[in-house]
Amino acid sequence: MVYGIIELINFAHGEVYMIGAFVALIVASVLTMAGFTGPAVLALAMVFAIIYSGAYGFTVEKIAYKPLRHAPRLSPLISAIGMSIFLQNYVLLVQTPDFLPFPNLIPELEFLDPISHIFSSNDLAILSITTLSMVALVLFVKYTRMGKAMRATSQDRTMSTLVGIPINKVISTTFVIGSTLAAIGAVLIASFMQQINFYIGFVAGIKAFTAAVLGGIGSIPGAVLGSLILGLTESFATGYIRSDYEDVFAFALLVIILIFRPAGLLGKTKTQKV
Amino acid sequence: MADKVLNVSGLTMDFGGLRAVDTVDLDVRQGEIVALIGPNGAGKTTFFNCITGIYPPTGGDVMVIPPGMEPQRLNGLKPNQITIRGMARTFQNIRLFPNMTALENVMVGRHCRTSAGVIGAIFRGPATRAEERETISISYKLLQKMGLKKHVNDLAKNLPYGAQRRLEIARALATDPFLLLLDEPAAGMNPQETTELDELITQIRDEDGISILLIEHDMKLVMSLSDRIFVVDFGRKIAEGIPQAIKDNPVVIKAYLGEEFEV
Amino acid sequence: MVAEIRKSLIAAVWFIFLTFPLMVVKVNTIENTVEWRWHNMLIVGVTFFFLSWLWRYLLQKKEEGTLTTKGALTKWTDRVMNEPAIYKPLIAVGTVAALLGPLVLSEKHMQPLISALIFIVLGLGLNIVVGLAGLLDLGYVAFYAVGAYAYALLNFHFGLSFWAALPLGAGLGAVFGILLGIPVLRLRGDYLAIVTLGFGEIIRLILENWDDLSHGPSGIANIPGPTLFGDVLSRSDSTVLIYYVIIAMLVFTIFVVNRIQNSRLGRSWLALREDEIACQAMGIDRMKTKLAAFAVGATWAGMAGVVFAAKSGFINPKSFEFWESVLILSIVVLGGQGSILGVILAAFVLKLLPEYVRILGEYRMLLFGAAMVLMMLFRPQGFISNVRRSYEFHGLDEEGADG
Ligand SMILES: Nc1ncnc2c1ncn2[C@@H]1O[C@H](COP(=O)(O)OP(=O)(O)OP(=O)(O)O)[C@@H](O)[C@H]1O
Ligand SMILES: [Mg+2]
Repeated sequence: MVYGIIELINFAHGEVYMIGAFVALIVASVLTMAGFTGPAVLALAMVFAIIYSGAYGFTVEKIAYKPLRHAPRLSPLISAIGMSIFLQNYVLLVQTPDFLPFPNLIPELEFLDPISHIFSSNDLAILSITTLSMVALVLFVKYTRMGKAMRATSQDRTMSTLVGIPINKVISTTFVIGSTLAAIGAVLIASFMQQINFYIGFVAGIKAFTAAVLGGIGSIPGAVLGSLILGLTESFATGYIRSDYEDVFAFALLVIILIFRPAGLLGKTKTQKV
Repeated sequence: MADKVLNVSGLTMDFGGLRAVDTVDLDVRQGEIVALIGPNGAGKTTFFNCITGIYPPTGGDVMVIPPGMEPQRLNGLKPNQITIRGMARTFQNIRLFPNMTALENVMVGRHCRTSAGVIGAIFRGPATRAEERETISISYKLLQKMGLKKHVNDLAKNLPYGAQRRLEIARALATDPFLLLLDEPAAGMNPQETTELDELITQIRDEDGISILLIEHDMKLVMSLSDRIFVVDFGRKIAEGIPQAIKDNPVVIKAYLGEEFEV
Repeated sequence: MVAEIRKSLIAAVWFIFLTFPLMVVKVNTIENTVEWRWHNMLIVGVTFFFLSWLWRYLLQKKEEGTLTTKGALTKWTDRVMNEPAIYKPLIAVGTVAALLGPLVLSEKHMQPLISALIFIVLGLGLNIVVGLAGLLDLGYVAFYAVGAYAYALLNFHFGLSFWAALPLGAGLGAVFGILLGIPVLRLRGDYLAIVTLGFGEIIRLILENWDDLSHGPSGIANIPGPTLFGDVLSRSDSTVLIYYVIIAMLVFTIFVVNRIQNSRLGRSWLALREDEIACQAMGIDRMKTKLAAFAVGATWAGMAGVVFAAKSGFINPKSFEFWESVLILSIVVLGGQGSILGVILAAFVLKLLPEYVRILGEYRMLLFGAAMVLMMLFRPQGFISNVRRSYEFHGLDEEGADG
């Protein structure tokens, strides 16, 4: 999504995700130690993660991308990689290089008890929150002024400037929204995996990008479809072949897709204007 | 009547639902200067992009007939293969290599007429050195011819606008074409520069025997240069003929209505 | 002035807010303790107050162009690069220092020095791909791994000698470059970056997991150094020999890069970097040219890999992580894409300095990241920008005027 508009791989996206997870962990731990429990902790952790991821996304865009909007293509790419390295090591230095256990914030729901071995409350939470965010995103992009501006910008940036769309604001907003979603994903996945470290963003970033490319960049249902396919291939492949190669599959899938169908499954090929 | 060097028939290009070029026929004869004109967005540049292999046309045939050789079909070839067959072009929105010098830009144009590879580059044998010397001198003479002598070692991006347009022509000429396609060569030039350009283009045709197909909005230039004119509107060819006939053609005048059309 | 202070204050407050949870709070979820580090907040506030000032100053300078093209640094480096009276003695001093190196330095200093030299070669190799041809390759370290593993394995199984492995490593690098290049080089710039990254990681993960081939994460030990006329050398002599090998390789690399830069092939790479479509319209085969760049770049990585294996005597997949690619890339970017001297300087600064200044070692990656961002923002051409060659015409002039 973010990619579709700025036409640039945001290497720092994974880092924003990682920071979201850390913030959630910190908030949740502080609250738990202060004696709070239950869904309130999850909600607060989520809210803080969203705020901070959004804020980081905003700041990253302002520092590492905005000044380079008219620079040659390689420049923002390299600066994004730099940003990603910086953020990773910043968290490594101020927090810890080790894995931290992440509390499972999603409460067990009693009514799911009988079927919890096939469909746990984790699954329910992940499924419902993901669906909600997706619906919200689609609605936002389809019906709000800002959403329309975003779509216009991704079509033709020069034209959009001419018709008076505030490009800077649109791109900032896109970053913030992308980061917000990253934070939601981070909290859910961290709860599920039950541990985090400074490095999770890198792999997550690659996987998210794979999913986006798989589905067709800039297409929301495409991204969801992409994620599903990626998740399934990964678990099948690791289940049936060798578990050591889990991450290889994400990479391999990405490589294969980009080579054979760079427009993605649901995307359309665009001819470059000359 | 001289032989044809380019023959395009039924060329069509669709972008999604938009038909930017619609079954256009066009031909250029040896030693001719032909103009392709039409209102903004008529599909002229798209026509160029299709025949030079940058876009794959949806339909139609493109043939070139290098003087004294067999006709060759260009459909499905890549831009570089087309250039090697002798059709070179310039771009409407200047596409030089901005961080290379003017001379280097032209030297890149020589690329397809030379052959040194990695090994040659590293060991620089006599053949490579001779080739390199020849490349430099040919390129330099082209720059001189286009009036760019004083800019030889300047980075392309630092040249004035008019000079950049002429550098594009020099670079295209370096590929030894028999047919040169110019996309709005006079755009952004002042009247004096345009007059000079007029002479340069005539000179290229007369001295080097290169046929020319050009897109241009400056009607004065078009009328003075062209042997024949093709007019397109909304992707369709609406007229063709000698300048005088085009000027008086009511269909053409109607297509241009509202646009400046002065002679 | 007041407005400036206000802006800086706002920036400081914003960053305090931003860094608050991560810098101030540190939770230990195992012992269930929270550590509050309030003092960090003050540090952040003060630092960013001044940084934001600097930021705006630099942005303003950038607008004026003094940082990039007209600035003192550029003038100075251009002069050094262009005046034989200045650069000739510099080269002489450099050569003497390089030749005498092993006589003066102890083994302890030789090892990091050789590493730095290897990275210069890698930097110059990647520079061909990124700096000249403009192809962002984030998996360059894979070719380095190919060279290193080729030597280690062939030696382990067949007792292949270092001298035979060197050209073989180079050749294998080129072959891998072409094999990887064929599918990926059709892709656009940023896709290419991520696919090469993917390939690099795939190769590393294979090395890590395919125990039968690569001995897995534990790697391969007891890789011999080079022999001299068939004699096996002592460890320290072998180090010295490797040093001279890598110096020779470096000289050869510089020679080659210099020649290629101003050749038909080099120009087509530059042209490709500048504008692919125009490049094709000039009759240049895009795929062939890119493949050539990929293969030539990979050749150097392959060679450097062989030397690395011989130098360390031990290799494992850890030496070929993504971060090594990033390090090499930073060398190219900071040094100045396309500039040989810049790459050499950057390799020394990035590889050698952290070895000796401990505090830098710890913050090394953090600083790299920041440096890459800042470099792109304020001096995209690197410390030392690449100057295009000028040609002189005297004889031709008259000739042209006559004709
Ligand atoms: N890559 C593309 N994708 C979609 N539509 C395109 C593309 N290139 C051109 N078009 C459309 O095709 C039509 C013809 O454009 P073209 O650039 O050929 O016009 P032109 O005659 O060269 O105009 P001008 O005189 O302004 O240069 C326009 O409507 C344009 O928007
Ligand atoms: Mg046009």
